[in-house]
Amino acid sequence: MNYQSNADSAKSAGKTGSKNNNRPMTGNEAIARGAWEAGVRVGAAYPGTPSTEIMENLATYPVEDVKAQWSTNEKVACDVAIGASFAGARAMTSMKHVGMNVASDAFMSKTYIGVNAGLVLIVCDDPGIHSSQNEQDSRYYSRLSMMPTLEPSDAQEALDFTKLAFDLSEQFDTPVMVRGTTRLSHTRSAVQVNERNDVPMREFVENPDKNVMIPSNARTGHPRLIKREEALQEFLNSSDLTRLEKGSSKIGVITLSTAYTYVKEVLPEANVLKLGCSYPLPDETIKKFADSVDRLFIVEELEPIIEKEILAMGIKVEGKEFFSRMGEFSPESVRDSFVQAGVLEAEEDAADWDVYAPPRPPVLCAGCPHISSYMSLRGLDARVAGDIGCYTLAAVKPLSSIDTCVAMGSSIGNAIGMAKAGGQVRPIVATIGDSTMLHSGIPPLIDAVYNNVNITVVLLDNHITAMTGGQNHAATGKNLAGEETHRVDFAALFEAIGVQWVKQVDSYDLGAMLQTFREATEFKGVSVVISDRPCVLDPVKIRGETMMVRSENCTACQSCMNLGCPAIGWSDEWYDGHHKVEINAEACIGCSMCAQVCSTNSIVSVPK
Amino acid sequence: MNVIEKDAAAIEVTTGNDVKNVLIVGVGGQGVIMVSKVLALICQDQGHNVKQSEVHGMAKRGGTVFSHVRFGEKVWSPTIPKGKADILLAMEWAEGLRWLNHLKKKTGTLIADTQHIVPPFACLDRTRGASSGYTTQLPGDILENLHDGYALDATGIATEIGNFRVSNTVLLGTLSAILDFPVEIWRKVISEMVPPATIDLNLKAFDAGRSWVEESRKVGKAPEAKPEKKAKKQAPAPKVDSKPVDKDFELVLTPEWCKGCDICVKVCPERCLILNAEHKVELSKPDACTGCRICEWLCPDFAIDVVKDATKTNQTSASA
Repeated sequence: MNYQSNADSAKSAGKTGSKNNNRPMTGNEAIARGAWEAGVRVGAAYPGTPSTEIMENLATYPVEDVKAQWSTNEKVACDVAIGASFAGARAMTSMKHVGMNVASDAFMSKTYIGVNAGLVLIVCDDPGIHSSQNEQDSRYYSRLSMMPTLEPSDAQEALDFTKLAFDLSEQFDTPVMVRGTTRLSHTRSAVQVNERNDVPMREFVENPDKNVMIPSNARTGHPRLIKREEALQEFLNSSDLTRLEKGSSKIGVITLSTAYTYVKEVLPEANVLKLGCSYPLPDETIKKFADSVDRLFIVEELEPIIEKEILAMGIKVEGKEFFSRMGEFSPESVRDSFVQAGVLEAEEDAADWDVYAPPRPPVLCAGCPHISSYMSLRGLDARVAGDIGCYTLAAVKPLSSIDTCVAMGSSIGNAIGMAKAGGQVRPIVATIGDSTMLHSGIPPLIDAVYNNVNITVVLLDNHITAMTGGQNHAATGKNLAGEETHRVDFAALFEAIGVQWVKQVDSYDLGAMLQTFREATEFKGVSVVISDRPCVLDPVKIRGETMMVRSENCTACQSCMNLGCPAIGWSDEWYDGHHKVEINAEACIGCSMCAQVCSTNSIVSVPK
Repeated sequence: MNVIEKDAAAIEVTTGNDVKNVLIVGVGGQGVIMVSKVLALICQDQGHNVKQSEVHGMAKRGGTVFSHVRFGEKVWSPTIPKGKADILLAMEWAEGLRWLNHLKKKTGTLIADTQHIVPPFACLDRTRGASSGYTTQLPGDILENLHDGYALDATGIATEIGNFRVSNTVLLGTLSAILDFPVEIWRKVISEMVPPATIDLNLKAFDAGRSWVEESRKVGKAPEAKPEKKAKKQAPAPKVDSKPVDKDFELVLTPEWCKGCDICVKVCPERCLILNAEHKVELSKPDACTGCRICEWLCPDFAIDVVKDATKTNQTSASA
């Protein structure tokens, strides 16, 4: 069954004047709503799970109120927001945790500069690594950049804290970070909404001593930063952002973010000091709280950041000794930790069914054009440096054709390094998606040409940012609002960079793909193959002529199973002790790749 | 700083005992999130505090999808602890099994679609007589050990109604017969959530799922895997033995005929052929070879033969 898109429902939530002020919202929707209510005028982001829907939702609010855009990467998005703040408009940028690494160069000096209009950075961490390449705790950036950091525990707080972040930003002359987690982003609960506070634009402030980061100005900026930390600490010691919930026991728990909800679930009688701000810390409040309890715990997801700072205050606190540094918390894990700590009794074991379910990892879609790219690379026996996108799934069985994957845009640089290192007899190939290429693939490609290395770059051009759910980018011809705009011409771009060998090929033509790859890898120097086919899901769901297996011809060689296509499976028939195959007509989109690899021509279009 | 003083009564309310937990699971693309959104909206309409939590991203691509719905007077954690789900709604049979340990041991209710979606990963073994990695546990085995369970062919019912995709609404109908909310609110929320053109179809699916429960209750207490309609007949496997099948074939290569064209190396599904230093074909990983014969068929120079070992072949050919 289909249903209304997220954006549609947000649209109705976005309009003003509704009487019902209590709406179910995800954390992401609530953050967008909070920013809109705070009078944000400019928002910019690059998509990244779990943060993607924040900017998508912001874009559903009236364009007269706020201009929301996809930027080419998080650094650009951050700079756009910084620029808007300079110009006097409240501005925000949102990103996933690893996006923060990309943006960091910009905000590391922006904290020195401070703000004109309020500037808010939303960062969504991914404890448990649901859809990321690492599990970093972005709160280290709070310390590194000295940027105050609010941590909401549910959708209501996501809205409230985002709003407050804009006020704090202006009050303390600093960008403010709001840090969420996957669980916050993707949990829906009722949220009390309000009207927009249409904060007027400020004048541009001409103050180069503050706004231009040359060494002499940066030297005066640094002491400002230290002073600001003290002022914030004083503010926090009396702020409502910190909440003391008195309980009946002698146990005290300091907690925040979604971890707070688990503590409340499993230890309702404890005294809880709930922090709203994780940097800086309300030191006096924490000291008083510590004195009021017999045993003090800190429950924070990922790294023992607050724990170490509390220990540094000379306060005895227990934390990571019982609560894991890795993975996502859950009520059961928090409960287990309190059991280990001797605070709770062990519960009777949950149900213990002896059942087996086959592993069901995500796979490339039926008809995904990436399949043929990696099928062909497999045929080439190439050394393949991969990148971030759906296509990273080609690293696992049955395609098994990616050797490395580091971070956004890393493939080309990694390939350059492999080539420079020498010793490789296989052709060296970098594979990178269209959105990732624009994000951070162009500087390394320039590097490859500049240093004249012998590599092949395969641009997996499926005309969309697919993995995050189908967002537009600078080469799709559409912007976040869905308006027509200029479209980057990849072939022209590569030519301008100085790539001597560029060829575009239809991803669905396996023979042509393999042949093109062969030619490309034989070229001495940088060659680029543009593997060209739109994503089968976005922006339009593709359905072609469905294929079927003529079972009487099938010799059960299962070559087609090499594609890993979810529409192909075993049938009930056998040939010489092997399973014949069948095609699920509901899932097949008719890409014909299986027919191309079939050794007995058993796969044909379904007769009309 | 906010200070919240508590008395014993307030603590009572927050212990979460009155919270009801519904875990909805399935495979990417089935509409798990849709089902949980409908339920969450109904709960909120009925005056409950609700949290609905899901994780998406990679899950969209045919992977496992799950959504937690918790409702009651005050819900804290967005996720349901293991062994604490009152209802487990599984839109695919193996997914139901995967999450079974989340169900309350003594009082939990399972609602499961008996349809099988076999993941590609379960069909990667090319050896003779290989069996799929899909679960062999049947609804009957599970239901008899459950407090309350309903296993129905929701996909089959949906297909009969007109579109297999409304199987999720069939299951919503089943769920509605178990949760104590007025039927009108279910129909209202479903009508609001689905595309206007499909409202009738979805309401029909809802009614079918709901009446399935009522029917099965009439029949008797346990609505055993009643119309597990097209329980596919598995052709008997040639050899269903847990120990690896002995190789009953041999790959015979004739290097003198091989001209090093590379075709076999490229087409081998198991990648067990290579060209050696003399540019002749060589079996590099004998254990990986499944005897699928692609190389034999496609070699233009007849340099490869898959030769059956007569003695061993006789043992298995009877069943093959």
